[in-house]
Amino acid sequence: MNATWSRFNVTSIVLGFAFLYLPIVLLIVFSFNESKLVTVWGGFSVKWYVSLFHNQGLMDATWVTARVGVISATVATVLGTLAALTLTRYTRFRGRVLFSGMVFAPLVMPEVITGLSLLLLFVAVGLDRGFFTVTLAHITLTMCFVAVVVQSRLVSFDRSLEEAAMDLGATPVKTFLQITLPVILPAIVSGWMLAFTLSLDDLVIASFTSGPGATTLPMKIYSQVRLGVTPEINAACTILIAVVAVGVIIASLANKRREAQRQLDEQAAQRG
Amino acid sequence: MKSLGSIRRDFAPWNDPNAKPYIQFDNVTKKFGDFTAVNNLSLTIFEREFFALLGASGCGKSTLLRMLAGFEEPTSGRILLDGQDLRGIPPYRRPVNMMFQSYALFPHMTVEKNIAFGLKQEGMPKPDIEKRVAEMLKLVKLEQFAKRKPHQLSGGQRQRVALARSVAKRPKVLLLDEPLGALDKKLREETQFELMDLQQELGLTFVVVTHDQEEAMTMADRIAIMDKGEVMQVATPAEVYEAPASRFVAHFVGNVNMFEGKVAERSDKTTRITGATGAEIVVDNTGNAPATGADIVFAIRPEKIKVSSRKPADSVNALEGEVYDVAYLGDMTVYHIRLDDGQMVRASALNAARVTEDPLTWNDRAWVSFRPDAGVVLAR
Repeated sequence: MNATWSRFNVTSIVLGFAFLYLPIVLLIVFSFNESKLVTVWGGFSVKWYVSLFHNQGLMDATWVTARVGVISATVATVLGTLAALTLTRYTRFRGRVLFSGMVFAPLVMPEVITGLSLLLLFVAVGLDRGFFTVTLAHITLTMCFVAVVVQSRLVSFDRSLEEAAMDLGATPVKTFLQITLPVILPAIVSGWMLAFTLSLDDLVIASFTSGPGATTLPMKIYSQVRLGVTPEINAACTILIAVVAVGVIIASLANKRREAQRQLDEQAAQRG
Repeated sequence: MKSLGSIRRDFAPWNDPNAKPYIQFDNVTKKFGDFTAVNNLSLTIFEREFFALLGASGCGKSTLLRMLAGFEEPTSGRILLDGQDLRGIPPYRRPVNMMFQSYALFPHMTVEKNIAFGLKQEGMPKPDIEKRVAEMLKLVKLEQFAKRKPHQLSGGQRQRVALARSVAKRPKVLLLDEPLGALDKKLREETQFELMDLQQELGLTFVVVTHDQEEAMTMADRIAIMDKGEVMQVATPAEVYEAPASRFVAHFVGNVNMFEGKVAERSDKTTRITGATGAEIVVDNTGNAPATGADIVFAIRPEKIKVSSRKPADSVNALEGEVYDVAYLGDMTVYHIRLDDGQMVRASALNAARVTEDPLTWNDRAWVSFRPDAGVVLAR
């Protein structure tokens, strides 16, 4: 690799990163602002972080978001994995194309439409909007993402592993639990994390399907911003960014280390 | 006593009319949609036999193996194992084990756990499992690799783990799908002999699928040559090579020269053939020789043909031509001779001596000669 730092390269990198991260950097900087005015720098302070933890409304919303995220991601992972298994394994049933289209449609469906149609449904069947409905809505939204992630792993899954297990006397159920599941587990875990993240930052669908007493964090932030941005919101967003960033970094580091270890092992095996 | 090829050992239940077949395919047909993978095939395999299914890819050999393992059910016909009809018995209840072409080692388990997997399913007590696993590791010489995962092993080691895992349960029959396909040539040759020793040691029945004729010839007691879902010939390696049943088999196994012609005259002992291009060939009668006037093919292997610069004095069959090509391979030399009637003949000569006086070379006049029992007459 001969990466030369030409003026053009440097400019494009600076511009690109500025475009991506300048707003976020500004937000983080102003979360440490002493002044109450969001756009005027008044010196360094962490007082907004302190007041954040005393803001009962925000803390409640955080708790709701976490619960919705965990429950909806877990249910969506189970359903999405089952859908992925069906789509990769039973390639010849009637209406397969329609079924797969229907599973993946929410991927490209505008969220406004998903949210509105779910709202209409909940009203029609007389479900009171609240924690339960927003969780259901998030399951609907995230299931197809899990299905996509798990399916891409299943496509490269060597079916002879399952045949070998059955050949050695394992029943189909045991084969699934002892062979298939452990092998595709990394994909299932990343499917869960994706679903959780999607649920965490969803505003549109939550606004349609949530009700009083089940305000999620994005809803709370959005409604407060309409009343005027306070540095407290900046602080909340900074914490959210930190949580997501740490999660992403840990996941990619773990992945990288596993890959490196694997390569070392394989080289060792080739040598002797 | 005259015999075809070398004799492996005193084991030939297929020649014993009272021998009970161990595995039996009865008119088995397998269709995938419109495609017929196996077509009305019947075959018997005997206990403790090393049996090879040989054929090009898509000939149905793997389907046959998978039906025996229980991964596919025959569309019609039946498969018997030790007298028991296998129809409807799922793979996990069949007393056969398979070694997969891809090895199919469980990537999340150590070598030890891989080998123990089948024993655990059986509900074998833990101390017994440990004993058996240790025994298997010793058998395939992988004792020091017990705690490794499959991706920490080389190709040859993985192959051994797969083998150990498939024989750990002491199956009645071991099925091997291209067992040596992924190994390099040298390792493959070593492993062939190891597999044969293992089969002897354990006293199992082996059914191996391969597209490699050398592999099948080396290891098997008998070979079934398959084409388009049908068995073309079932015979010992020597019979397949020296007495092929058809043009297809003669072509498929080894190199062969074919002379098309007609039966000109038959006597008690010999048949005279007139080649389509005029050459005359005399062959010994064997079995049911075709009638006078029949269209036939005379097939002869290159190493049965002698090449010389002068006409051999005592040879019944001698044809004259010109050296078209010479290939020196070290252990032997292959000559391509264009006969005066236009037919190309391939002949190979063992380089028994280091130095040859007056060697034949390009464009030399040459004679090819062979004995009357050197080739076979086949239906056209």
